[in-house]
Amino acid sequence: MKPVTTARRDDIHLLFDPPGPRARRRIRIATAVSLAVFAALLAFAVRQFAAHGQFDADQWRMFGEWPIIRFLLSGLGQTLLVTAVAAALAFPLGGLVALGRLARNRPTRALARTYVELFRSVPLLLLLYVFLFGLPGVGLTFPVFWQLVIPIVLGNAAVVAEIFRAGVLSLPRGQTEAAYSLGMTHRQTMACVVVPQALRAVSPALVSQLVRLLKDSTLGYVVSYLELLHQAKVLGEYYHAVLSTYLVAAACFIAVNSALSGAASWLEARRA
Amino acid sequence: MFSHVDAIAGQLGRGLLLTLAMSALTFTGAVAGGLVVAVLRICPVAPLRAFGAGYVTVFRNIPLLVLLVLFVFGLPDLGLLYPLFATVTTAMALYWAAFVCEVVRSGVRAVPRGQAEAARALGLGFGQCLRHVILPQAVRPMVQPLGSIFIGCALSTSLAAAVGVAELTGQAEFLTLRYDQPLTSFALTTVVYVALTLTSGLVAGRLERKLAVVR
Repeated sequence: MKPVTTARRDDIHLLFDPPGPRARRRIRIATAVSLAVFAALLAFAVRQFAAHGQFDADQWRMFGEWPIIRFLLSGLGQTLLVTAVAAALAFPLGGLVALGRLARNRPTRALARTYVELFRSVPLLLLLYVFLFGLPGVGLTFPVFWQLVIPIVLGNAAVVAEIFRAGVLSLPRGQTEAAYSLGMTHRQTMACVVVPQALRAVSPALVSQLVRLLKDSTLGYVVSYLELLHQAKVLGEYYHAVLSTYLVAAACFIAVNSALSGAASWLEARRA
Repeated sequence: MFSHVDAIAGQLGRGLLLTLAMSALTFTGAVAGGLVVAVLRICPVAPLRAFGAGYVTVFRNIPLLVLLVLFVFGLPDLGLLYPLFATVTTAMALYWAAFVCEVVRSGVRAVPRGQAEAARALGLGFGQCLRHVILPQAVRPMVQPLGSIFIGCALSTSLAAAVGVAELTGQAEFLTLRYDQPLTSFALTTVVYVALTLTSGLVAGRLERKLAVVR
């Protein structure tokens, strides 16, 4: 028998005993039936695609042309740029807010808490509309890049703050107590003992947060910022190939985000 | 600046009803779908397990807005034309089902192995073991994350505005353009969303305390 290593195997062995001969036969039958069902579904999908001309060469040909690939890649580049800039701003801001929530003085705590509750409760799109339609009304306009990035940063900083706070709270209390008993001040305790360990503890969660930031960048579609989804929209409408273009864009998003998710679980596994 | 408050409140009320309906439907669909996918992911049939794993990878990593535009603008190209509300709600339920699946799986994994082994040793069948021993213990750690997922569903319904559904965020945008009083409508909308999420958080907390299992 193969060694039981992955989490998936664990699930199975929690709920089931190793199957005996009759169960094995049932499993073989279920396997055959499910394969047949998948084949039928696939056939249905292929038929729908074919019947509506979605396999025609003019729906897919352009993805072999370098200018089109470059156009989509530039969108992907902008998506990654928005993600990177938003992360570079949201992570430190979230850290500050978390420190505020853990501060010893009450008004700072209340302020930080209000920030977190408010920005976690407001949908990002609404925040985006505030920057798109609301603030220009009172004379505040931003370049389109910042109209997209600032709301993402504000919203994600609140989430990141909660991640950091959870990391700090997960540390054994003895760490802080030991630091105090060594005569460290609150500030020294935070800077030398608590924050470094908390950062290490939350690094996988921060990497998965990048997935969320990248997903949020697709709101560029709404403000006409030239990220991947917007580029796909333009391309799809120009070539009358909406479905194929969105499918290609979706595949790109899934590929990049799976890589990020994979990095997060790798970090998690290495830490454990 | 506050001259059209009545009209604005009325419109926002209609938007709120739509938001609530979408959130509830999305969440119900996501829980049902998530349970199914979770069962697929732990069942002994290899192709179904692979399907479950693929489903979770795809739907957790695709941005919801991409899924929405694919459903709303892509499906009609395949001859699959449904009402906008149904299309959007289905897409969102499919998206959140992947997250529910992971919550269910981690809930089941939180049950100590010995519990299932003991139940089987007592001669309970698979269904009995699940119903009397595993599920009651697995539900408690699931309440809080499911609460977060409900809040996530409620907030994500705002994306429907981007594909043309006049729910709360859509109404806020519309009112801004119509009455040119952005701050009033955005402030009112924000208050409604904050109330919605805070209430959901409170309910989840209550439920969690009520279902607490002493271990």
